[in-house]
Amino acid sequence: MSELNLEMVNEDPNPVKKKHNARVEIDGELCKECLLCIEVCAPDVLKVSESLNKMGYHPVEYIGDGCTGCGVCFYVCPEPGVIRVFKKNKVA
Amino acid sequence: MAKDILEKPESFYKVFERKSGSNKLTSHYCPGCGHGVIHKLIAEAMDEFGIGNRSVFISPVGCSVFAYYYFDCGNIQAPHGRAPAVATGVKRALPDSIVVSYQGDGDLAGIGGNEILHAANRGENITVFFVNNAIYGMTGSQMAPTTLIGQKTTTTPYGRSVKNEGYPIKVCELLSSLEAPVYLERVAITDAKNVMKARKAIRKGLQNQVEGKGFSLIEILSPCPTGWGVKPVEAKKWVEEVLAKNFQLGVIKDKTAEAVPEVIEQKKFTSEEISKILGASKNGSDFLYDKPDVKTNYQNPRIKISGFGGQGILFLGQLLSQSAMRSGYHTTWLPSYGPEMRGGTANCHVIISNNRIGSPLVTETDVLFAMNLPSLDKFENDVRKDGLILVNSSLINRNVKRNDVEVLYVPATELADEVGNTKATNLVMLGAYAAKSKIFSHDCVLFTANETVKRKEFLKVNEEAFRKGMEYVLNNKQKENKEYDSVIFN
Amino acid sequence: MKLFLKGNEAVISGAILAGCKAYYGYPITPASEIAETAAKYFPLVGGTFLQAESEIGAINMCYGAASTGQRVMTASSGPGLSLKQEGISYAAGSELPIVIVDIMRGGPGLGNIAPEQSDYNQMVKGGGHGNYKLIVLAPNCVQEMCDLAILAFELADKYRNPVAILTDGFIGQMMEPVELPKPVENIPAKNWKVGGDAETKKNLISSIYLDFDELEEHNIKLQTKYMKVEESEVRFEEIHTEDAEIILIGYGIVARILQSVIEEARAEGIKAGLLRPISLFPFPKKKINQLANKAKLFFVCEMSNGQMVDDVRLALNGKKPVKFYGRMGGVVPTTQEILNKLRVLDASLQNEDSFADQLTDSYLKI
Ligand SMILES: Cc1ncc(C[n+]2csc(CCOP(=O)(O)OP(=O)(O)O)c2C)c(N)n1
Ligand code: SF4
Ligand code: SF4
Ligand code: SF4
Ligand SMILES: [Mg+2]
Repeated sequence: MSELNLEMVNEDPNPVKKKHNARVEIDGELCKECLLCIEVCAPDVLKVSESLNKMGYHPVEYIGDGCTGCGVCFYVCPEPGVIRVFKKNKVA
Repeated sequence: MAKDILEKPESFYKVFERKSGSNKLTSHYCPGCGHGVIHKLIAEAMDEFGIGNRSVFISPVGCSVFAYYYFDCGNIQAPHGRAPAVATGVKRALPDSIVVSYQGDGDLAGIGGNEILHAANRGENITVFFVNNAIYGMTGSQMAPTTLIGQKTTTTPYGRSVKNEGYPIKVCELLSSLEAPVYLERVAITDAKNVMKARKAIRKGLQNQVEGKGFSLIEILSPCPTGWGVKPVEAKKWVEEVLAKNFQLGVIKDKTAEAVPEVIEQKKFTSEEISKILGASKNGSDFLYDKPDVKTNYQNPRIKISGFGGQGILFLGQLLSQSAMRSGYHTTWLPSYGPEMRGGTANCHVIISNNRIGSPLVTETDVLFAMNLPSLDKFENDVRKDGLILVNSSLINRNVKRNDVEVLYVPATELADEVGNTKATNLVMLGAYAAKSKIFSHDCVLFTANETVKRKEFLKVNEEAFRKGMEYVLNNKQKENKEYDSVIFN
Repeated sequence: MKLFLKGNEAVISGAILAGCKAYYGYPITPASEIAETAAKYFPLVGGTFLQAESEIGAINMCYGAASTGQRVMTASSGPGLSLKQEGISYAAGSELPIVIVDIMRGGPGLGNIAPEQSDYNQMVKGGGHGNYKLIVLAPNCVQEMCDLAILAFELADKYRNPVAILTDGFIGQMMEPVELPKPVENIPAKNWKVGGDAETKKNLISSIYLDFDELEEHNIKLQTKYMKVEESEVRFEEIHTEDAEIILIGYGIVARILQSVIEEARAEGIKAGLLRPISLFPFPKKKINQLANKAKLFFVCEMSNGQMVDDVRLALNGKKPVKFYGRMGGVVPTTQEILNKLRVLDASLQNEDSFADQLTDSYLKI
C-alpha cells in the first residue's frame, strides 16, 4: 500500500476552497464524542450534533460538504466502525 | 494500491459478539483512548498482509485485556505480563503463524519485565505492540514503570519521585542493548502525522515477522484520557508535548535490512524412529544372560557402595544394577545426590532381587563396598550378621572390626594401577564381587560395561581391571574362610 | 527391551512416546535431569526444548504451546512449582492440557534438595487461585515415571485439564529397569485449539468470564468435569489388603518402603496391607471407605507434616481410627522405623487394650 494518507495530510494548505469529490459517513450511534476527528479535520467539515445517541454522547456529524477525503479523521478515531471516508464520491 | 474507501478493517469482527452488553459495534475503550486507534492500525495492517487466518493475537492484562473481542483471528488471553512467554510457546509450535503480543506498560515493563527481556533476547520471531500510556489504566490510574517524574497518579499522589520510585523505564532503549532484536521504534498517537508514522511502524513490525526476520517491538505513546483525568483532545496534546519529550520518538534500532530470514523445517518421525532414538530398539541386547546358581547367603543382596567422589562409586552401582537387569533380576539403584556428593563422599544403594523390590533404600546392608576408610568407619556397623564387606585395602589400612561378617580385602587401587588406570578401581571391586557372589555371569558384566561405558577407549582397561579383581578372588582361595575372624589383612 | 533409566529420564521417554512435542523448563535440583534429558531428546524427535527465563516463563510457554493443541510439558520442584501456580491456575481456567512434573524436595522456602512430600497440598488441592483441581498422578517406580507420563498426556487431553506428576527426589533420582511402550499413534484432534489456521481462527483461549452467572456456570462445568474424573480415573494398588486389619497408606517412595514394611510385618504375623494411591486426585476415597469395612485401623505415612492423611480422614469420616507417621526435611523413614511403629499399633489392636486410641493420632517422629 502506498503512503497515500501520509501525503494527503500535508496535501493542501487551503483545502476548503477546492472542490473535492469525497465525503465522510459517520455512524452517530457508535460515536463517543471524543472530538479527536474534529480537531484534525483541516477543512473543518465535522461538527458535534445536538442530538444524543443511545450511549449518551453527542455524536459528531458531517456538515455535508467540503470533505477532501484525506482520511485523517478515520485514523485518529479510536472507534473501529464510526467513520467511513469515501475518497471519491461513490455510494458504497 | 490506494483504497477508495477507508472503513472498519476486515480483520476486525463485523460484530463484537464476545463483548458483553447490547452494544456490540463499539469498543469497550473510553472516549479518546489510544488503544482503539492502535487496534485499528493493527487490523488494517493484518488486512494488508492477508494474515488474518494465520494470526494469533495475545491479549494482555490491562485495558486491552479484551482485545480478543475485536480481532478476527486466533485469540489467546495471557496472564499479566506473560504474553511474550505465551507468544514464544505459540510461535515455536506454529512457526508459520503470525504472533502478536499486545501489552501495556504495566504488563510489559512492570510485572512482565523478565518475559519481554528474554523473548527479545532470544530474538523470537514475534511482533510486540507496547502501549505506553504512562499509567495503569485498567486498575484506576496507578503509577506505571513509565510514569514520568512528578506525574501524579493514585499511587503517587504527590508526583512520582526519583528517590522513591526511580526513573521511568525506557523500554526501547533498554532492549536496544540486546543483540537479537531486529526492529525497535517508538511512535506516538497524536496528530495525523504521528499516527501515520505509527501506522507505518506497525506495518513494518508485522512485515518483519511475515518475512521471518525476528523480533520487532513498537512502543506506542498512547493517550489515556481517563487515567490522566483530562479530555481526549488534551490527552493527545499531553502525549505530544510532554510524553514524547521524555520518550524520544523514532527508530531506536533497525537491523531489518541485514536480518536473515530463518528457515524452519519440521520433520516427521515414525514410531520406529522415535523408539530407536529413545534407545528402545538397540539390536541384540534383548536377550537375558542366565542367572547362575547363587549361594543362599549371597541371594537378593542389598548393597551399599561408598567412597570418595571420583572413585566411580555411582557408576559401579549402575554396572551392578545393569548386570542384574540383564540377568533377569529385579534391581534398583539409588544415589546420594546433591551437595553431599560435592562434599567429597559418594555412596549409592543397589538392590538385586528375585522379587519385586520395595524400599530402594539400603539400611541393613548385605554387601558393603568400602572404597575408602571413612566409608568403612561409617557403614561397617550397618552390615548384617554374615554379610559381606569388600574392603579396598589399597586405601584402608585397618582391619574390619566385626568378626561376624565375611570380609574380602582387595588391593583394588593397586590392581587398577597395574592395568594402567587408577580410575578402574571400581571395576576391580566389581570383578571381586562377581567372582565371590557369582550373582551374574562374567560375560554379562562385560556386556553391560560395554553397553554403558561412554568412552570406548576405556573399555579395554575396564575389562582388564574387572578380570584382575575376579582373578584376585579366585586365586586367593584362603579368603573364603568360614572363620571370619581369621581373615588375613594384606 | 529393557533400559536402565533414572526416574527423571524415564518421564521424558514417556512424554516423547506420548507425542509430547515441547518442553519448557527452568533448572532446579532434584528435577534438573528432566530438563537435561529433554534437552537431549526433544531436538532429536523434531520437538522444542527451551530453557525458559524462569518457571513463570516456562509455564506460560506451555500455556501458549498447549493453546495451539501441542502436547507440552514442564517440570520443576517445590520453589519452582510455587512460581508456576499462577500459570497453572490460568491453564485450569482456560482448560489447557499441560503436563507438569513436580519432583518434590524439602521445604518451606529454599529448604533443601532432599526428598519430601510436602507439595501434596499445593498440587492436589489446587495451589493457585480459584476453584480448580489438577489430575495428579503419583509414580512410585521408574517404570511408572514413564507409563504415568503417557497416561498424564492422555488424561490431559481427554479432560482438557492440566495434569501433574507428583513424586519425590528419590523416584526422580533412582534408576530401575524400564520397558518402553510403543509410541502413542493417535493423538486426539482438538477442535478448540488456536491453530493459526482458517478452521480454528474463531477460537479463543481465555479464563475470563466477566458475567457472574457465566463464571459460575464455567465453574460448575469445571466441577462437573472433576466429578467425572473422580468417577472414572481413580487408580491405586493394593498389597495384602484382603485380610488386613491394619491398612498402611502411602504414595511415591513411601509406598515402596511400606511394601517392605508389610513383607516383614506379614512374616511376623501382623495382618497389615498396603493401599497405594496412584492417582492423588482423584483420590481413592471409595476404596478406602470399603477397606474400612474389614480393617480396624489405618496407618498413613508421608514425608510431610501430614497432608494426604487429611484426605484419608475425609474418606473415612470417622469410620475407623487413622494414625499418622511423618518425617520431614528430607529424612526418609526406614523400613525398621515404620515397622516398629506398626508393631505397637498391632499389639494394641490384639490386646484390645485401646492402646491405639491413646496414641496421638498424628506424630512426626517417634
Ligand atoms: C498478577 C496480577 N497482578 C495485578 C493485576 C491487576 N492489574 C490488572 S491490569 C493492571 C495494570 C495494567 O496496566 P497496563 O499494563 O499499563 O495497561 P493499561 O490498562 O494501562 O492499558 C493490573 C496491575 C492482575 N490482573 N494480575
Ligand atoms: S476525510 Fe475526515 S478529516 Fe479529511 S476532510 Fe473529510 S471529514 Fe475532514
Ligand atoms: S473521533 Fe470517532 S468517536 Fe471520536 S468524536 Fe470523532 S467520530 Fe466520534
Ligand atoms: S482507562 Fe485509559 S487506557 Fe484504559 S480504556 Fe480508558 S482511556 Fe483507555
Ligand atoms: Mg498503561
